[in-house]
Amino acid sequence: MSATSAGTGGVQTRLVRRVRPPRLSFTAREAIAGYLFISPWLVGFLVLVGGSMAISLGVSLMRTDLLTDFTFVGMDNFVQLAGDKLIQKALVNTAYYSFTMVPLGTILALITALLLNQNIKCQGIFRSLYYVPSIVSGIAVSMLWLWLYNPRVGLLNSLLGQIGIQGPKWIYSDVWAMPSMIIMGLWTTGGSMLIFLSGLQSIPTALYESAEIDGANAWHRFWHITIPMLTPTILFSLIMRMIGSWQVFTQAYVMTEGGPNNATLTMVLYLYRKAFQQFHFGYAAAMAWLLFGIILVLTLLMFKSSPLWVFYESEVERVGSAKRVLKRES
Amino acid sequence: MRMSVPVSANANSRIASRLSKQIDRVRTHPAILLERFGRLVLYVVVIFGAIVFSLPFFWMIRTSIMPGWQIYLIPPQWIPDELHLENWVEFWTMFPFPTFFQNTLFYVAARTLAVTLSSSLVAYGFARLRFPGRGLLFMLCLSTMMLPAQVTLIPQYLIFSRLGWIDTYNPLVVPGLFGIAFHIFLLRQYYMSIPLEMDDSAKIDGCGFLGIYWRIILPMSLPALGVVAVMNITFAWNDFFNPLIYLNNMVRYPISLGLMLMKGEGQALDMQLLMAATTASLMPLFALFFLAQRYFIQGIVVTGVKG
Repeated sequence: MSATSAGTGGVQTRLVRRVRPPRLSFTAREAIAGYLFISPWLVGFLVLVGGSMAISLGVSLMRTDLLTDFTFVGMDNFVQLAGDKLIQKALVNTAYYSFTMVPLGTILALITALLLNQNIKCQGIFRSLYYVPSIVSGIAVSMLWLWLYNPRVGLLNSLLGQIGIQGPKWIYSDVWAMPSMIIMGLWTTGGSMLIFLSGLQSIPTALYESAEIDGANAWHRFWHITIPMLTPTILFSLIMRMIGSWQVFTQAYVMTEGGPNNATLTMVLYLYRKAFQQFHFGYAAAMAWLLFGIILVLTLLMFKSSPLWVFYESEVERVGSAKRVLKRES
Repeated sequence: MRMSVPVSANANSRIASRLSKQIDRVRTHPAILLERFGRLVLYVVVIFGAIVFSLPFFWMIRTSIMPGWQIYLIPPQWIPDELHLENWVEFWTMFPFPTFFQNTLFYVAARTLAVTLSSSLVAYGFARLRFPGRGLLFMLCLSTMMLPAQVTLIPQYLIFSRLGWIDTYNPLVVPGLFGIAFHIFLLRQYYMSIPLEMDDSAKIDGCGFLGIYWRIILPMSLPALGVVAVMNITFAWNDFFNPLIYLNNMVRYPISLGLMLMKGEGQALDMQLLMAATTASLMPLFALFFLAQRYFIQGIVVTGVKG
């Protein structure tokens, strides 16, 4: 363009300039670039999340094998859900797993984090040993624990045998199958331990020092500084655990196939069976919505309850000034 | 030096004995004893915990090098008295494990590359560029973390089967190209901590947005990218559910399905072989952990849960 304008003189140059679209402002260019940068996620969100949810709703109102049969049945699937004995069993089992696993896992993670936050020798090695089980989650863990739970020669009953206790049948017993899954889950708790460790390290030491000057003992410091300062981390851990625990699948599928006597039939395992073994995709989609509803309600409950017990640092200022007021009065 | 030597020695010894008495008194003071006792208990508890957390691995490795008849002994043989490495040779030939490892490596590499690249692009947009609706869109992005995968599972299966993608790795890798909400969040947190002046000086030098992303942000956020990469590697390595749903043909199985296949042999299966295979499947992850330990540990720090 510059070559031609240079050849034909100034008038044409001005003309060319005039037809060129107005240069976009920096803000506009930034906005366009912004949308372009987030476009992978945006497209994925619209198609894989939004589109999928719409299709999922549609599928949940049908009787379908996803190949040829797409019969509209209205709310039939949901009505059937309400009367399904197995889904009740799956709901109870998953709730049992979730409501035990979530608090126990959080407490164990907190305790191990407190232990490994102490000034001890070989701290790094201990942290690694506690953490490593959590990176191998999935099928290998299930294989390993399947063997550990062997009633005759597994590790657990061998250990119990050493001290003269006849161990239970673990995953092969109606009563012990679910606790077995929970114990196994507790073993892979290292991830949240690390979250708590970083939470502990972000508590300003000044808080402890001033508390000590005020004569607070170790217990007071733990209960009135450590725990309140960790509540945001506890909330995060509880929510992530809760969402994950309602989707428990691999352990139940690999170790017990839902048995014995459906004692470990979980929601997602049942969903998987309905969809990918019996090809009742409509019914499975309805189950997915039920699961989503449960997780959504529980998450919202946790968030709503958080102002009652979660302490945010932004409130420190307010507390600080309240303390000053108290001091002045006393 | 003014004092004469003998007097000083005398005084010194007197001071020393008084000191040592004082030290003894301090040593045997109840508070100090309690403190020392507390530390002893702490070590006992920490070491006990470490044993509990590592015992399953010990049991796994122990079983993998024992002859079949020995693992069923009662009372158990805790430490194998001879090394039976032939278990390790046997499971390789029982099923096409080299193929399984290859498939897993491909899945891990493709998925990690896809997610890390796409998530970092999206995170840059959310962290550095101003556009209408940014806050709302980011909230939407975060809220997808709460959506259980099962809700989108069946429609996605429908879409991918219509595309003829069943029994290929496409359904496992392609969704990663759209970014993962948690990793977008994580990278965005990190990008926000890079000073804005870096962008400004690059802009003055005539760098476009893509240039800033590629030349400034990416090189400066290698620790965060490492964290995301490590998370994806462990996810894909352990992934069982997605391969289970989308892959049918044994030659395309990753190790996770290979292990399941092996377990499917039922009662006839030799446990020492399954444990050898399980150990082998974990070796690369352990190696990764010891090589890239700081990325595993840092992940949490970078995340900055309180955000």
